[in-house]
Amino acid sequence: MGSVWFWIVALMLTTYVILDGFDLGVGAIYLWIARTEPERAQALRTIGPVWDGNEVWLVAAGGTLFFAFPLLYARAFSGFYLPLMIVLWLLILRGISIELRSHFPDPIWGRFFDGVFCFASGLLAIFLGVALGNVVRGVPIGPDGYFFLPLWTNLIPGPNPGILDWYTVLGGILALSALALHGALYLALKAEEGLEQRAIQFANRAWVATVALTTIGVPATILAKPATLSSYLRHPVAFVFPLIAASCLVVVRLTLSRDSKLPSFLASCGYLSSMFLGAAFGLYPVLLPAVGSQGSDLTVEQALSAPHTLHVGLVWWSAGCCLAVMYFSIVYWLFRGKVPVPDENKED
Amino acid sequence: MNSLTLDRIQFAFTITYHYLFPQLTMGLALLILILKTLALRTCDLETSRNYDDSARFWARLFAINFLLGVVTGVPMEFQFGTNWAEFSRRTGGVIGMPIAVEGIFSFFLESAFLGLFLFGEKRLSQRLHWLSAFLVFLGSWISGFFIIVTNAFMQHPVGYRILNGGLFEVVSFRDLLLNPWAWLEYAHNMCAAVVTASFFMSAVGALYLLQRRQGPYGRTFLRIGVIAGMISCTAQVFPTGDLHGKYLAKHQPAAIAAMEGLFHTEKGAGMVIVGQPNYDSETIDNPLVVNKLLSFLIYGTTSAEVEGLDHFPKDQWPSTLPLLFYSYHIMAGLGTWFGGLMALATFLLWRGRLYSSRWVLWPILLSWPLPYIATTAGWMTAEIGRQPWIVYGLVRTAQGYSPHVSASNDLFTLLGFLGMYSVLSLLWIILVYSHVQSGPLVAYRNRVLSVTA
Repeated sequence: MGSVWFWIVALMLTTYVILDGFDLGVGAIYLWIARTEPERAQALRTIGPVWDGNEVWLVAAGGTLFFAFPLLYARAFSGFYLPLMIVLWLLILRGISIELRSHFPDPIWGRFFDGVFCFASGLLAIFLGVALGNVVRGVPIGPDGYFFLPLWTNLIPGPNPGILDWYTVLGGILALSALALHGALYLALKAEEGLEQRAIQFANRAWVATVALTTIGVPATILAKPATLSSYLRHPVAFVFPLIAASCLVVVRLTLSRDSKLPSFLASCGYLSSMFLGAAFGLYPVLLPAVGSQGSDLTVEQALSAPHTLHVGLVWWSAGCCLAVMYFSIVYWLFRGKVPVPDENKED
Repeated sequence: MNSLTLDRIQFAFTITYHYLFPQLTMGLALLILILKTLALRTCDLETSRNYDDSARFWARLFAINFLLGVVTGVPMEFQFGTNWAEFSRRTGGVIGMPIAVEGIFSFFLESAFLGLFLFGEKRLSQRLHWLSAFLVFLGSWISGFFIIVTNAFMQHPVGYRILNGGLFEVVSFRDLLLNPWAWLEYAHNMCAAVVTASFFMSAVGALYLLQRRQGPYGRTFLRIGVIAGMISCTAQVFPTGDLHGKYLAKHQPAAIAAMEGLFHTEKGAGMVIVGQPNYDSETIDNPLVVNKLLSFLIYGTTSAEVEGLDHFPKDQWPSTLPLLFYSYHIMAGLGTWFGGLMALATFLLWRGRLYSSRWVLWPILLSWPLPYIATTAGWMTAEIGRQPWIVYGLVRTAQGYSPHVSASNDLFTLLGFLGMYSVLSLLWIILVYSHVQSGPLVAYRNRVLSVTA
């Protein structure tokens, strides 16, 4: 039962990374890619109907984590107190800047929210990578099972780490680069004319950065957390994750010059999910590894809810997720196709 | 201030602020659905267009409020873990369930179809657009239900058992969902949401009529707002408020004694209408009392004995007693005002004189903030009344907070939320004001443009 729920939560988070990943990515590159007012409106319109639903995957994954692994929810959330609060504030800023921008007909108002949108999206992308880096590296769990991480200490992933150290920052930059690539590919898929062209150019550059950072990231992970390598060596089948990730990156490059941008975008989805699931595989059966000598790793078995709760949960979760997939299919199908450059005289 | 106090203030502040938005959007979702239904059902083209423009106007206001509800709502879920770690650790196996169900069954529905409802009017047929409005309504009302199931478990725990080590486990998911407390609280709360939205809609209608502009829309808003307001205000008191009060008296007698300021057990207890509870002398200062009313309201007879606070050990008294007393009285007092105002407005509407009765339009306009205050006061009554328990009778609030988050970190984030939410309030005021000022005719003009283009 434990492994079922571990992979359920991992899959929900992967879905979150793929879906909210592209609208975060669009946000992070928005100021540079979309230059004129119609282009900015066009860029926002590509994500307008879907960004909120994408973000719900985070909320739903959080709720699922809460009831399936209450102990993890309590310890990790209170331990990552400050960065989580910062993430919440960034989510607030990003949400209001997407929606409120168009509600008030003043160019200054629009410029301001453009800046906020780009800033908050970029930082969120970095924080996602930092968060994953922290979970992979481990936290200083105390004798009572709790911990509290400061934002930074000496920037070294040793026994007394902070949220930010060279390893997690590297993770953050990799996430920013990968999501920028993802967002650029989404815009290349959904936008037209100038915006589409610039998105393709940007994707080419972001691709190089992502390849370079991924290449650095693998040995860095082994250096920061040697247990990852041994976990992989125990189950050599897991090497399929980095292999898929690498081949997806190659596919992104090969298909980028085609007319249809769908294969590139899907390959980018494949890259993100195999990276994320690969990290999850490296962790399992640990949920939160301990660094230092005081406490021990928090494992799936320790954190798991009672069996009856989980059995009931499996029933409604399956039903609910089928419905959710259905809603998303309907919405993405209805909003399929390119988003034209808006005609300024017409309001939607 | 210690960590516990700051955790409590932060949760109270963020949840109160958050709930300003859903209470409007849940009510508005219903009213917009009514407008869309009327637009579909009306054969007369001009009237049908009036309803459609009205729906579009309110959908824009809905979107602003829904957004603020979403962005202030995400911190609520996170804070269970960040600030209330011990509570989450112990009860997460139970309350995590309705919270997860809420995300999966309602937030997906709501967010997916809100995008369709707001952006898809041209892509969808009128019937499908109506359907998307219906699904947004359904999603938001389901969401309200599951969050109330969560709260009801904290107020009146059912369907659980406690394992070794104090962890809670769900024994019956069915009992958890069928918790009578949840259904009473849900009914009372959803009525309140419709009251908030009806007052908001009638106030905008009254404003337009007072300004002598947007006449047809002003009359539509006022008519729909007043009728929905009359129905919801009545249901708010009877049966939902009445039943909820009786159930509360049965299961949280200490809370009801504190709400009513009843320090001493009495036969034929009277009800204090106004007064200030004096914690030291255990009396009410400046009381205005209706004799025997409390006994009658709770037990249906004027002679029944009502347990006062002296019946309970002091460590089980709700901790901020005067605040509880005032919250409850503000809620009940405003509820009475709402009922009276809406009854008068309904009467005038029926006689055909409402639209020109400026002396009634003024109080309708000025009353729009009051349902927010009443709802907040009602929730404060419920939540302060539950104290000193975080799960009534089982876990004390002081046992629930995060042990390793220091008071200074709590204060840091509390100040952050205060600052962030001040900005949101300013934005809300600017946007709602400018939107109401420009009015539905802008929506109308855009429709004409898009038809001719």
